[in-house]
Amino acid sequence: MYTFLLSKIEVGAHLYVDLTENLHLHGETVFVSALVVTVVSLFLIAGTSNLQKVPGNLQNLVEVVYETVKSIALTQMGPSYYSQFLPFTATIFLFVLGSNWAGALIPWKLIELPEGELSAPTNDINTTACLALLTSLSYFFAGFKIKGIGYFKRYVKPALFLLPINIVEDFTKPLSLNFRLFGNVVADELTVAVICSLVPFIVPVPIMMLGLFASSIQALIFSTLAANYIGEVIE
Amino acid sequence: MVDSIVSAASVVAAAIAVGFAGLGPGIGQGNAAGQAVEGIARQPEAEGKIRGTLLLSLAFMESLTIYGLVVALSLLFANPFVGG
Repeated sequence: MYTFLLSKIEVGAHLYVDLTENLHLHGETVFVSALVVTVVSLFLIAGTSNLQKVPGNLQNLVEVVYETVKSIALTQMGPSYYSQFLPFTATIFLFVLGSNWAGALIPWKLIELPEGELSAPTNDINTTACLALLTSLSYFFAGFKIKGIGYFKRYVKPALFLLPINIVEDFTKPLSLNFRLFGNVVADELTVAVICSLVPFIVPVPIMMLGLFASSIQALIFSTLAANYIGEVIE
Repeated sequence: MVDSIVSAASVVAAAIAVGFAGLGPGIGQGNAAGQAVEGIARQPEAEGKIRGTLLLSLAFMESLTIYGLVVALSLLFANPFVGG
């Protein structure tokens, strides 16, 4: 039974690009994430290059984005430190949002690949793992930068017997960030794919809308949590 | 033979994982939404704030379900116990 599908169920298939013997790239992930980075950067540069007192449409949009990420950083890190880590939070937010929407909005299925398919970069667990590890690196960095060696006092608070739990938390934080984003994106794509294979007409559209909404919420959550972890160590 | 038993067990395990992972967060989300509606009914002017907090906390609960889903997906598509 073959029907015309815009989306098919494929988990874990990638277009491998061999750089050397032992070094492979997931071609489609790298391509789409490079595209997302380019588009988001161009959007921000175009929106901020010619600032006016009375903002035009594009500048208005960029200002809304700025207000959003600023409020995330401000509520999680407090007024005295947020400006140092605002760029990180904003980068995470925009990249995750851009990647999720790039997978949902662009009809990638029209481009045929020999193996795997073009989709959201966050559909690949390596991307989300990288983002999660960057988050934990940056909160270590933030702690050392602001607290110095007194950072380690965090591990014996509020009591000494919580030391193992605090150490385990350092590993579970990136793990849960990673799985949350990956699982949500894959779940969205799988739901759409399953419904498409049942009724490939109109019916999947509301589910796709729900997916768009959910993926923007996921971007918000990821950046909120990243800001929260940083805020936790520097407070 | 052993492989087919393992894959059958993996499919059952995936079903159980998704089912039970949906159970707890479902109850939790119902509680949270109910409380939020109560809050809005009591104080309609706080609706925006309540909605924002509700969405954020719903997404956190959702992520628990998603963990179960990730386990189920890895059992179905990237099963570490089948093959070599």
